[in-house]
Formats: sequence, C-alpha cells, structure tokens
Amino acid sequence: MNNQRRTVLKSGSGAALLGMLAAAGIITPGMALADWNKAAFDAKSMADTLKALGVAGTTDSKDVQVTGPDIAENGAVVPVGVASTLPNVTMVAILIEKNPNALAASFVLPEGTEANVQTRVKMGQTSNIYALVKSDGKFFMATKEIKVTLGGCGG
Amino acid sequence: MGNPMKIRAASKDGVTEVKVLVSHEMETGQRKDAAGAIVPGWFITELVAKHGDKVVLTSDFGPSVSKNPYLAFKFKGGAKGDKITVSWKDNKGDSRTDEAAIN
Repeated sequence: MNNQRRTVLKSGSGAALLGMLAAAGIITPGMALADWNKAAFDAKSMADTLKALGVAGTTDSKDVQVTGPDIAENGAVVPVGVASTLPNVTMVAILIEKNPNALAASFVLPEGTEANVQTRVKMGQTSNIYALVKSDGKFFMATKEIKVTLGGCGG
Repeated sequence: MGNPMKIRAASKDGVTEVKVLVSHEMETGQRKDAAGAIVPGWFITELVAKHGDKVVLTSDFGPSVSKNPYLAFKFKGGAKGDKITVSWKDNKGDSRTDEAAIN
C-alpha cells in the first residue's frame, strides 16, 4: 500500500546503522576501505596497468599458478584462481590481456593469509590471463590462455 | 544496501577457508541499452574481510569481476565460532557488511 514509507524506513535504518558502525570505529574511512587504485583499473593495456600498479619489472615464475578452465563456454563467468608457493606474498592481482581494462582484481594479503585466491571474472574474448604476485618485494608472473566460446563459435 | 552476502568459513588443520558470494550487479559501463545509451558502470570497488578485528584480505575489484562476485581465500588461524566480517563498497558509494561464524 504505502511503499514509499517502507523505502524511507529501510534507507533510514541503513544510514543509522552505518553511522553507528563509523562511530564505533568499525568502519574508519581510508583504513577499512583503502584507496581504490583508479589509474590501474582505468589502464587499457597490460603495460599501462603494470606501471599504474607500480610494477617495475616482473619475472616469470613456476611457483605461481593460474587455475581456470582451458575453454570457457560463458565469458561472463570464468572461474579463475591464483596460487603461489613463494614466501611472503603480500599482493596478488589478476589481469586479463584482451579485456577493455586489463586489471580485473587485486588482493592485498596480510601476514597469515595464504597466497591462494579464487574468484570469477568476465572475459570479452579468448585471452591470456596473467597472475601477478608480489613476494619479498619482487613481482612474479604466470600466465594461462583461456579460450572463450561465447556465442557458440566453437573457439 | 544490497542483498545479504553468503559467507561460509570452515576451519581445518589450523587454516580457515573463507568463501564469499556477494549479491551485486557488477555493471561494466561498456554495455548499451536498447536505446543505444551506455549503461553506467556500477560495480564493487573494495572488499575487506576480517577475522575478529584483524584484516585477513583486502581486495580491489574492477568492473570485469563477474556479476554476483565469488571469492575464496585461506588464512592461518581461526577457530570454530570466531567471527568473520566482510564489507564491500561500490562505485556509487553504497556499502554493506555481513558476518558469519567459522564452522
């Protein structure tokens, strides 16, 4: 009947909750949610993305594994995982070479968190997926090609 | 505030595996609607997972993360009943926090 009233109630309580959380120090701006690296996510090419992430040079490493299907039937949902046995991994990023913006996601791993993350990404077309791992201050990469057969072209 | 996240956390041999399924549109900003106008991007930019008060994972997402993002990771420590809190923020300033206990 009175839908507007419901909406107002909902948004009102939501805002109040956020305020409470902020007051209690649970959500502190700039800490809990660190600055989003806009430059890196806006970068079009692999090289620009790496530059925006502050990566000077990378080494190919067998200790970094990219997991994913060889052929993805649906480019909208491609399961991708990055795992590494390198010590002291502090950062992991997933890059998709031929997407409009190469960087899909980056993760900051505090001490105690294992270098093993899985997520799902969108892929516009068949492309190489790069896993970027920062270990002991150095950057390592691994790659895997995933064929996308969106539209049933058979790849 | 979006829909609730699904969070599963299981502890085994001193390592806790956390799986998160977020409910979010993740619009890329590349698509066009029927009228040919670009559908504005709407996606999660930041997601933070905590074990108690300790941050165990900070992630930055771009629009190329799939709709209803899925995320799995592992961290050392964590006991049954400990609290896992996950919060996200999107590019429209919306945010949400959910929590779950470790199994």
